[in-house]
Amino acid sequence: MATFKPFDVIRRSATVTTTPQPARDVEMAKMIDTSKCIGCKACQSACLEWNDKREEVGTNVGVYDNPHDLTPNMFTLMRFTEWDNPDTGNLEWLIRKDGCMHCEDPGCLKACPSPGAIVQYANGIVDFIHENCIGCGYCVKGCPFNIPRISQTDHTAYKCTLCSDRVAMGQEPACAKACPTECITFGTKEEMKQLAEKRIADLNGRGFDKAGLYNPPGVSGTHVMYVLHHADRPHLYAGLPDNPRISPIVEAWKGMAKYAGMALVALTATAGVIHHLLQGPNRVTDEDEAHADSLAGEKS
Amino acid sequence: MSEKHGHIRVPRYSGSARINHWIVAITFVALALSGAALFHPSLFWLTGLFGGGQAARSLHPWLGLLLAISFLGLFLRFAAQNLPERTDWTWLARVRDVLAAREDYLPEVGKYNAGQKFVFWSQTVLIATLLVTGIGLWPTALANIEGLLGFKATIDQLRWAAVIHATAATLAIAIWVVHVYAAIWVRGTFSAMTRGSVTGGWGWRHHRKWLRSEVEKGDVQRDAASSAH
Repeated sequence: MATFKPFDVIRRSATVTTTPQPARDVEMAKMIDTSKCIGCKACQSACLEWNDKREEVGTNVGVYDNPHDLTPNMFTLMRFTEWDNPDTGNLEWLIRKDGCMHCEDPGCLKACPSPGAIVQYANGIVDFIHENCIGCGYCVKGCPFNIPRISQTDHTAYKCTLCSDRVAMGQEPACAKACPTECITFGTKEEMKQLAEKRIADLNGRGFDKAGLYNPPGVSGTHVMYVLHHADRPHLYAGLPDNPRISPIVEAWKGMAKYAGMALVALTATAGVIHHLLQGPNRVTDEDEAHADSLAGEKS
Repeated sequence: MSEKHGHIRVPRYSGSARINHWIVAITFVALALSGAALFHPSLFWLTGLFGGGQAARSLHPWLGLLLAISFLGLFLRFAAQNLPERTDWTWLARVRDVLAAREDYLPEVGKYNAGQKFVFWSQTVLIATLLVTGIGLWPTALANIEGLLGFKATIDQLRWAAVIHATAATLAIAIWVVHVYAAIWVRGTFSAMTRGSVTGGWGWRHHRKWLRSEVEKGDVQRDAASSAH
């Protein structure tokens, strides 16, 4: 587990004190070139293998997605989309390897209430620290990509670690290692961007003039990036968000609501104390008791 | 003070009403503490009271169910006496006199004054809101209910559930502070929820209309203890 040291952490969930800022490491990134993917699912197998997870055998409902969704065991999933391109009349098979995008500004980390259950390392990887996770599912609400899944076995949240344990030892993630077409590559974020540029130029030359890199600025960029043939329409790829950002509802919940709520309760209690200091207790007088007694006396 | 006999006491809450109230009170405080722990990082240490983060997270929804059920008991007991009346508006309009303890300037009050009715109805609405949104934030229960009713809550709905749950909880806690403070400020109130009765003078001062009707029914006790004075 603990392959990164505490001083490698640049962001830590539910922490009010400032996290010491180490010199930012070289940012690492995974680049997934959807135009090269053949849908073999070697990445899924490698992921299960390296993380020692097993997924239950499911049922075929007539689609290639297997399992049908990300699960607490399946951190990455090939999502298959058949798309009739109205401009060319071609049927296009858009296959996207879904999983954690390792946002530079992670919504899961912002939403997490448990100190140190979600961290971001100096190389950009966002990791869940299971011994600190309480299983509340706030990360699920925080994530702009609908990635984390809560295990009903140990009641903690799971997602792709970008093989942080392998990366710490200088290895590439298991999915990248297994990919037979070099659709998945891993390196520094700069290298990946340069590689993407070459790939985009190639795609442009082959008629995909809208090809581009998916590195969404709404979450300050990601450490998993896609090369898309139709970068102007990310939603074609099994609902990849066009402009992902941390939801304003989450921002309000984790920002203003937190301070307004604390202030409201504190002000109410303070008002009580001040009122009591100025007004003194509201006591029943002997006169009141006498009135009550005579009222009861009249009736008895 | 009367010399001939002790002051009267007037029964206000039956034994079962008091037990019901204290179940609500204890679960409410436990919910506020375990909820506040997840509300602000500075309060996360409160999970220690429940045996750690996982334990607080798993206990909180069950406590919430207990609160909803036991508050329903209080609701059924007290709803009729909390219906708004014309005089409530006069009482609210003279809230300055209320805060200055000038009871003589206020209309005669039945079992509950407008402030108490406000606490009653706002907690009713807030607890119902907390129950519905809380189920949305309880992954296990939500999965069961989704399976039962055949729908799937969207992530955006769950985000709204989270922000509404936090807001409703904050309001409920603030109103709880008002409720507790009123019981402290108005001396002689606590015995209503401990012994179940109040002194006649307390009734005369704060709930005169209610006192009159209790006396009318002959529902008063002579207090043997205070006749020793």
